Amino acid sequence: MKQNRTARIIVSILFVAMLAAPLVIKWEAARRGGGKTKLDAQAALARHGFYFEEVSRAAGVNFVHQAPTLDPQLAPIMPQVASMGASVSIVDFDRDGWPDIYVTNSGEGSKNALYHNLHDGTFKDVAEEMGVADVNQPGTGVSMGAVWGDYDNDGYEDLLLIKWGRPELFHNDGGHGFTRVTEQAGLPAWVNANTALWFDYDGDGRLDLFIGGYYSEDVDLWHLKTTQIMPDSFEYAKNGGRKYLFHNLGNGKFEEVSVQAGINSRRWALASAAADLRGTGHPDLFIANDYGVSELYFNDGKHFHDVSAQTGVGFSPKSGMNAAFGDILNDGRYAVYVSNISEDGVLIQGNNLWMPKEGTAGDGLHFENVARDLGVELGGWSFGAQFGDLNNDGTLDLYLTNGYISLDRNRSYWYDFSKIAGGNSIIIIDANNWPAMEGRSLSGYQQKRVWLNDGAGKFINVAQAVGVTDTYDGRAVALVDLWNSGVLDAVVANQKGPLLIYKNTVTPENKWIEFTLEGTASNRSAIGTQVTLYWNGQQQKQEVSGGSGFAAQNDRRLHFGLGKAPHVEKAVIRWPSGKIQTIENPAVNQILKIKEPA
Amino acid sequence: MSERITAPVAPPARPEDAGGWKRWLRLDNRYVAPIFITCILIGGHLSFGMLESYQKTALAIVASIVTDLVLGRIFFGRWPNVASAYITGISVGILVRSPAFWPYVLCSVISITSKYVLRVKGRHIWNPSNFGISAMLFLAPETVATLSIQWGNYLLPMLVIWALGSVIIWRLRRFHITGIYVVSFTAFAFLRSYITGSPWQSEIAPLTGPMYQLFIFFMITDPKTTVRSKKGQCIVVFLVAFAEFLLRLHQVVYAPFYALFTVGPAAMLVEMWLDSRRTPAASVGAVPLPARSK
Repeated sequence: MKQNRTARIIVSILFVAMLAAPLVIKWEAARRGGGKTKLDAQAALARHGFYFEEVSRAAGVNFVHQAPTLDPQLAPIMPQVASMGASVSIVDFDRDGWPDIYVTNSGEGSKNALYHNLHDGTFKDVAEEMGVADVNQPGTGVSMGAVWGDYDNDGYEDLLLIKWGRPELFHNDGGHGFTRVTEQAGLPAWVNANTALWFDYDGDGRLDLFIGGYYSEDVDLWHLKTTQIMPDSFEYAKNGGRKYLFHNLGNGKFEEVSVQAGINSRRWALASAAADLRGTGHPDLFIANDYGVSELYFNDGKHFHDVSAQTGVGFSPKSGMNAAFGDILNDGRYAVYVSNISEDGVLIQGNNLWMPKEGTAGDGLHFENVARDLGVELGGWSFGAQFGDLNNDGTLDLYLTNGYISLDRNRSYWYDFSKIAGGNSIIIIDANNWPAMEGRSLSGYQQKRVWLNDGAGKFINVAQAVGVTDTYDGRAVALVDLWNSGVLDAVVANQKGPLLIYKNTVTPENKWIEFTLEGTASNRSAIGTQVTLYWNGQQQKQEVSGGSGFAAQNDRRLHFGLGKAPHVEKAVIRWPSGKIQTIENPAVNQILKIKEPA
Repeated sequence: MSERITAPVAPPARPEDAGGWKRWLRLDNRYVAPIFITCILIGGHLSFGMLESYQKTALAIVASIVTDLVLGRIFFGRWPNVASAYITGISVGILVRSPAFWPYVLCSVISITSKYVLRVKGRHIWNPSNFGISAMLFLAPETVATLSIQWGNYLLPMLVIWALGSVIIWRLRRFHITGIYVVSFTAFAFLRSYITGSPWQSEIAPLTGPMYQLFIFFMITDPKTTVRSKKGQCIVVFLVAFAEFLLRLHQVVYAPFYALFTVGPAAMLVEMWLDSRRTPAASVGAVPLPARSK
């Protein structure tokens, strides 16, 4: 009996200790992570090798995104339904060697902006005079994103604008203006799209086009015939928009071939990216879907094969909002980052970092989610993210923006959201059944993440310490060396918020090299070209992208950080045409302009 | 004490059925609930990717069983039947959502330990998994949430679970608890809709998810943490629904867990008090371990 009493006392003490354990863990995490919340530039430079300054106003950029006002029947949940549209894409539209910025607006009658780089640290909005500003007229829908690619190989990047509405293709007339060629190209009359990318899927030297629908294309969000437009499931919704694959016929016309090519999905696509994951020379396609699982299609050059389940990326459903590739371990293999939702105490989906499993390759490629192990799992209501070497130390870091709806700081919609999320499909599919938001926030005012890759398999969030302190509702991120200074700056588009330009300052001890590529036999934008850089006994692979992240496109120029005292052995360039080009011992701290050899 | 957590009371075996081939074909009621919840787990995961990961669920189950074995041995000098610990572990594995591994272990261990530590007159008064999950949600909200996968929000899986669960719970003579709760929840949902102006469909919606299915079939029917009389059980489960109604009016996301967490033990204490008034000499704590648990 005495023994029993002693055991009871000991177990009771342990029980109390166990109840206290989460509080201790929380306190310890806060102690470790609760670093600086204000920028100390010199300290950041010394400790992390870089810092950001938000310079949009100084750079002459004063753009504030406007959200659309949709059908009045959606008024109670309008902030949710009209929660996207802020996007950013980088292009050197006039081939002057300096990157420019295109941003979308989404209010009816609002105007998009094309910020021309004036080479002196400032920009000028030339969208109006170039003819790509007034694209949100009532009746035509509103902008959701834009991607650039030289579809006719004339040397100038053309603009594909996706909308909840009529997609538009603008031909770049030698950098002096744009001509709308939507009808000639054969684009559909209406798509509620949130993602698109340029890629040459069949290797014919002409850029093809993928567009992913979100809402079904038969829905006009301004004139609803029914309020049953919402997803039929929070996990396996298949009543979203269709997918389009436009094969470039080479005469300014495109042919829609998605079904013939094997892409036949009605999931709610929010992000897509393409990269050659298997070394076949053909870009594979990754689609991050809201309300469901991600999709991965292997491309054999003619057909796409849905390998979502067999590769492991298409099983556990989440809320995919981003797709970005990066060789994060410097081993020549791409990981793909998919952002999802995490809200303390309510929903912990966690973001996914899909890494190729050791020992798998080619058609047997299998991915495992290592987001938690590497420290990039929790990012709030995450949206756009991009990989890039922010401090030029030789490893790819990760910039993530987040925050869904920032309204009343003191009232949350999460209770009602969780209520409807648990409902049956016949309940949730109807917008009328969704509780009114009534000015409440839903994962608003969130702190961003700038995860530094320590090169040893861990990412550390340093956002606050390096000056990323905004709490806008972030949507799209694009990384670009805006001032040709050998560092990656970050441009962030915020929903109903300002366009932010984070100018990067990196310790000069860390070296860099950049590649501006131009295809000849391959598509002239060189989209899909891989550069593998070998230096100091390591390698890193990057690929020119025709769109990645969420509603974003990085600069096509590839940027490699090299760390201190690098000796670059070679750069191996594999063009989409299959040509391999090797550049021996390139000098560091330079922008290399390389044309595909004949 | 009892090691049973959620599997309702087994009807006594009839002597004439005790032997022969029929004995092998008839399912012991102790294993009905574990088998049912295992079916939910496997079906849910294979069809809808319900689990966070196999490892985390396995971790929760192992932690629960090991804890129960160790504490049973320490406290009572015998190995307990692990069926109830299995249910607790699997409930934790299904309901807890966390990117970390440690909450699964901690929640299971807290759940099982609670039934050994938090006792009044020899009875544990909290449903173990309800206690563990509520504690984790309250103490570690930045790391822990509950099940977000909702059977694809589809009708058929929901109906299958409801039908199977109802048959099983009927067989175990606890259907009145589930029935009263569902009716009460539905009535309060309409009342909330009237008060708040929210669509009634959104107020009913949570009831159609797997979290609630686990809650109404496995937590509120727990024989060892519910009062004994049928009438009392009906009153208590109505009060659980009422407490949940109040919590929901205050927009508490995990209202059902917290409602059971508060009402369940209070009802148990009231029952003990009433028992002690009726039969002062016969303390409930003097009741030995049921034969089936030995």
